[in-house]
Amino acid sequence: MAVAVERKVVFEKTKGLTDVETHYCPGCTHGIIHRLVAEVMEELGVLDKAVGVAPVGCAVLAYKYFNCDMQQAAHGRAPAVATGVKRVHPDNFVFTYQGDGDLASIGTAEIVHAAHRGEKISTIFVNNAIYGMTGGQMAPTTLIGQKATTAPYGRDEATTGKPLKMSEMLATIDGAKFVERVSVDSPANIRKAKRAIKKCFQVQLDGLGFGIVEVLSTCPTNWGLAPTEATKWLQDNMIPYYPLGNFKSPEEVK
Amino acid sequence: MAKVLMKGNEALGAAAIAAGCKYFFGYPITPQNEVPEYMSKELPKVGGVFIQAESEVAAINMVYGAAGAGARVMTSSSSPGVALKQEGISYCAGAELPCVIVNIMRGGPGLGGIQPSQTDYFQATRGGGNGDYRLLVLAPANVQELVDLVMLGFDKADEYRNPVMILGDGMIGQMMEPVEFKDNNNQELPEKTWATVGTKGERKPNVVNSLYLDAEDLENHNTRLQEKYAKMKANETRVESYNIEDADVVITAYGTTSRIAKTAIAKLEKEGYKVGLIRPITLWPYPYDEFSKIKDDCKGVLTVEMNTGQMLEDVKLALNGRVPAYFYGRTGGMVPTPEEIVEKVKEIYGGDR
Amino acid sequence: MSTARGKVTFKEDICKGCGLCNAACPVGILGLNPDSINIKGYHPAYVVEPDKCTGCTNCAVTCPDLVITVERR
Repeated sequence: MAVAVERKVVFEKTKGLTDVETHYCPGCTHGIIHRLVAEVMEELGVLDKAVGVAPVGCAVLAYKYFNCDMQQAAHGRAPAVATGVKRVHPDNFVFTYQGDGDLASIGTAEIVHAAHRGEKISTIFVNNAIYGMTGGQMAPTTLIGQKATTAPYGRDEATTGKPLKMSEMLATIDGAKFVERVSVDSPANIRKAKRAIKKCFQVQLDGLGFGIVEVLSTCPTNWGLAPTEATKWLQDNMIPYYPLGNFKSPEEVK
Repeated sequence: MAKVLMKGNEALGAAAIAAGCKYFFGYPITPQNEVPEYMSKELPKVGGVFIQAESEVAAINMVYGAAGAGARVMTSSSSPGVALKQEGISYCAGAELPCVIVNIMRGGPGLGGIQPSQTDYFQATRGGGNGDYRLLVLAPANVQELVDLVMLGFDKADEYRNPVMILGDGMIGQMMEPVEFKDNNNQELPEKTWATVGTKGERKPNVVNSLYLDAEDLENHNTRLQEKYAKMKANETRVESYNIEDADVVITAYGTTSRIAKTAIAKLEKEGYKVGLIRPITLWPYPYDEFSKIKDDCKGVLTVEMNTGQMLEDVKLALNGRVPAYFYGRTGGMVPTPEEIVEKVKEIYGGDR
Repeated sequence: MSTARGKVTFKEDICKGCGLCNAACPVGILGLNPDSINIKGYHPAYVVEPDKCTGCTNCAVTCPDLVITVERR
């Protein structure tokens, strides 16, 4: 005899994302991070007053995926563009979504000074230690010895320095009120990442200042690894160099 | 409204505020520093925002964000700084964002100097940044016109959803003249329904963007831009002319150089020479048609610029070989004198008055 | 009909076959369907042993492409 089983939906797609399928490669964790950002916006009830700023890089098409007003910025300039938006509409919720080439290389001035001014915006910084969109070139975040198409023998400290730790650097700036590094390599860490994003966004909503969440992310395609191997590579190589944790958090969101 | 004596750079700030501009993003560079200084003092009084950005690059991208959010917004700089802004200007043009960009030109190339020049004519009228785009380029010749054109510029930027450039030189920025802020003859402007202000749950998301990955989409976008530019050519070309039908020699000059040319013409007329003037007020769209009024047996058209011959190329295009084109220019911050221009005109006359 | 605590539903057509959900499943009941190729050309993820699903949502939390809906008793 068949037993009727009553179940409730406990996980479904957030209204914070459009129905457009993403262009991301199989196993690319951008999709997870998009979802977290969108879910948090939905949960905080800010979708209808949100303005997102998409970068140049793999997430350049983010404006098609987030279900809120969006601007697409020049490479690295998202924090400046977001500043323009936020200063015109201080009551809007304004966020940037940037990769490591965008934020840690060409856009270092813009991110540092957005934090320096204490702009009341939130930044999601996706660090996958490589340039994805352009085909796997070396990023400032590429690990020592890691191969990239412009570091074919592996990144060499003697000529290219050591990977840049953006969260640590930004945490030294007074206007940056919330700085946390998270990872999306496991369900537990993904859930932690979401909590960090929510706190970061709350910092903006409370008018406290600038907030950033650095998300360690995989790039299976350009790392040349299967998605599950890429996750393991992140755990074994990235997390030891880029320690997870909160660097700065105001009392209000602790 | 009564006239007030104002320095050009301050008058342009006042004109922007009078036109409803409440947001200014800039970076210090001589010889336009009075503009951000004025804005930093005055904008807070009208509930506006002034930001001294970390760079010209950041400043123009703040303009992009603010314009995309529907605001009247301005940035100003001088030649090397405007070079840095070209990325953002191209993006503004591509995303069709209305804004006003001021270039108070100094000598180049490179760091050049800080004295007045007109060496950014190509940069302003040929695009400057990447891609097939145009700015409405307005070249005021005195402080009153600077005020009028700044105010007009904001309306035209909104009307066409296009960046507008005010192209002045160090002289106009620094000179003091009496100005009047005329009632801004606000034309009916379309509502900015495209701006990113939050959906308020009432519409689909707006996107401010210049990316079109599909080749056909990008071509269509460019076709539409070109149609807009054609409309600007038809409706926005502005020029001041003097006595050109009858002139044996026509001088053409824009901005403050045109004032020197006028002094030269007055001197030449006293000596019996018949000299006309074409003063483009819009450098893009360029008043090519005005040159067709010049008679066929005119001895020549003398272009006077504070560069080595940039507008000269447009003059040659306009004349198309019908009348000889001559050039006189000084550069590096050296300003042509009326006497030098008089000499050059006499040379063109060949002593045969 | 499964009486398991959880139930996972896959939108097969949008799955990119990355396998992250497989690795995230604590009871190891997911696979990539070797007998099916979706419109994108991938072997889509599917539930091999639905009776063992606990409805923990780990698969959905890990899926980059929002393929999975989870229900739970």
